[in-house]
Amino acid sequence: MSVIEVSNLTKYYGKSRGIVDVSFDVKEGEIFGFIGPNGAGKSTTIRLLLSLIHPTSGSAKVFGKDVVTHGTEIRRDIGYLPSEVFYYEGMKVIDLLKYSASFFPADSTQRMRELSDLMELEMNRRISDLSYGNKKKVGIVQGLLHSPKLLFLDEPTSGLDPLMQRKFFDLIRKENARGVTVFFSSHILGEVQRLCNRVGIIREGKIVEISDIRSLQQNNYKKLRVTGEGLKAADFKLAGVTNVQSDNGTTSFFFKGDINAVLKKLSGMKLDDVSIEEPSLEEIFMHYYE
Amino acid sequence: MSTTIYRHEFLSRLTSVIIWSVAVLAIVVLFFSLFPGFSAQTEVINQMWAKFPPALRAAFNMDKLDITSVLGFYGFLLMFVQLCLAIQAGNYGFGLVSIEENEMTADFLLTKPVSRSQVLISKLLAALSSMFLTTLVAWAGTLIAIALYIGGRTYDRSTLLLLMVSLPIFQLFFLSVGLAVSLIVKRVRSVTPYSLALGFGTYVLAAFSGVLGEVKLELITPFKHFDPAYIVQHGALDTPLVLLNVAVTLIALAVSYWLYIRRDIPAVS
Repeated sequence: MSVIEVSNLTKYYGKSRGIVDVSFDVKEGEIFGFIGPNGAGKSTTIRLLLSLIHPTSGSAKVFGKDVVTHGTEIRRDIGYLPSEVFYYEGMKVIDLLKYSASFFPADSTQRMRELSDLMELEMNRRISDLSYGNKKKVGIVQGLLHSPKLLFLDEPTSGLDPLMQRKFFDLIRKENARGVTVFFSSHILGEVQRLCNRVGIIREGKIVEISDIRSLQQNNYKKLRVTGEGLKAADFKLAGVTNVQSDNGTTSFFFKGDINAVLKKLSGMKLDDVSIEEPSLEEIFMHYYE
Repeated sequence: MSTTIYRHEFLSRLTSVIIWSVAVLAIVVLFFSLFPGFSAQTEVINQMWAKFPPALRAAFNMDKLDITSVLGFYGFLLMFVQLCLAIQAGNYGFGLVSIEENEMTADFLLTKPVSRSQVLISKLLAALSSMFLTTLVAWAGTLIAIALYIGGRTYDRSTLLLLMVSLPIFQLFFLSVGLAVSLIVKRVRSVTPYSLALGFGTYVLAAFSGVLGEVKLELITPFKHFDPAYIVQHGALDTPLVLLNVAVTLIALAVSYWLYIRRDIPAVS
């Protein structure tokens, strides 16, 4: 079952582009990564799904309900962690969390306590006295305390130290194991790679690729590095070879195509060392942006 | 309506309500404490005013009000109370949704399971409560001041009631026009300049309308719609102007509602 169904969603702010003709599905229980550089339309997509803004054309459904007409119902089961967190500066953390919880019918005092203990959040400090990272923790707790079925995370890790990032990822994985669907937007590919099942790549407001993380890595490119005396970049002229770089007898390149062709070529050479690797998401990603 | 939002909104304005209430109370009571002096020396006061240029007298309604009478004096000081209430109401109107958007807390509120109309109605009711609390203080101040300082002079009770009752309708105008303007212009970055401009602007227009005589400026300014001098002189409201005022208020509220339901909440940029 699809938790999010987006079809031909388009948003213009006056004349400037938000997103154009975006379509994708997010299945129940998956962690969907949404990656793209700044200004590609990641936040626009999320804000449309939360009905903070209204589409120019196209439509989107969450839990099978239209986001424009059924926003209020949908938001009962949604948690949102924005990329930049802003809360009522004069309030104490505990009061803000209670205010947030009061919008939902269930009593979440217990969970509030657990989450803030986990994130090492001090409940009695004023929001205005908190550092950026600590405000982010408030965001995490308030986004999760009502046990939502769908989580929108918009570049969630900025401002968190590595230790907290790890705790946060563990938390998200635990939520996901309970059946929570996660929509994870980021421009840091490492974290998407660590966490997500599937990714959508967005560029200049348009989806350029939607794919399994694994197949994105496997079916695309291999990264080869060969070392041998007297090897030159020109020796690797072959269909499917790109990005050839030669340095001090070591040549590395990307290869896409029948792996036997490259192995045949290599078998005719005298090599000291060879390695064949999956490229990182980062490297694949750069390819989409060339 | 969401009681959660109402409560939060009301409490966030509490300090402001207290400050405005104290200010209004001080104006009414301290001003009125001068009344015994004025009323005791009717002749001197009237002679003194007669020496002022006619334009100035008109601007302060002194050509129409006899400030040695209870209601004349009250009508005179009520202009200043009106000015305060106008700025306060303007503040609440311009800030009703724009403060939340400027401080980026709108995302927090609007991703909760509440509809836009629930949000707007709860916010409006909270602002109205805050505003009318100040009105109640102004009313109380009026009754206290009259009890303390009129010294046995008589006045028409129903006219006083009209003057007092006109205040909330007058305030509602500034709240709703402020709200509508804040939703029509792209972004209100700071509330005070807008509310001061609206409050003082309409006040000055009303004053000038007196100075220039038969110019139709009174049509647009609430200070003329609820001109204390007119109410004191006629013992009645200027019905067509009051209807105009109420119509503008209702239109502003309807426009605000329509715009807010369809509004794109600006993101951090």
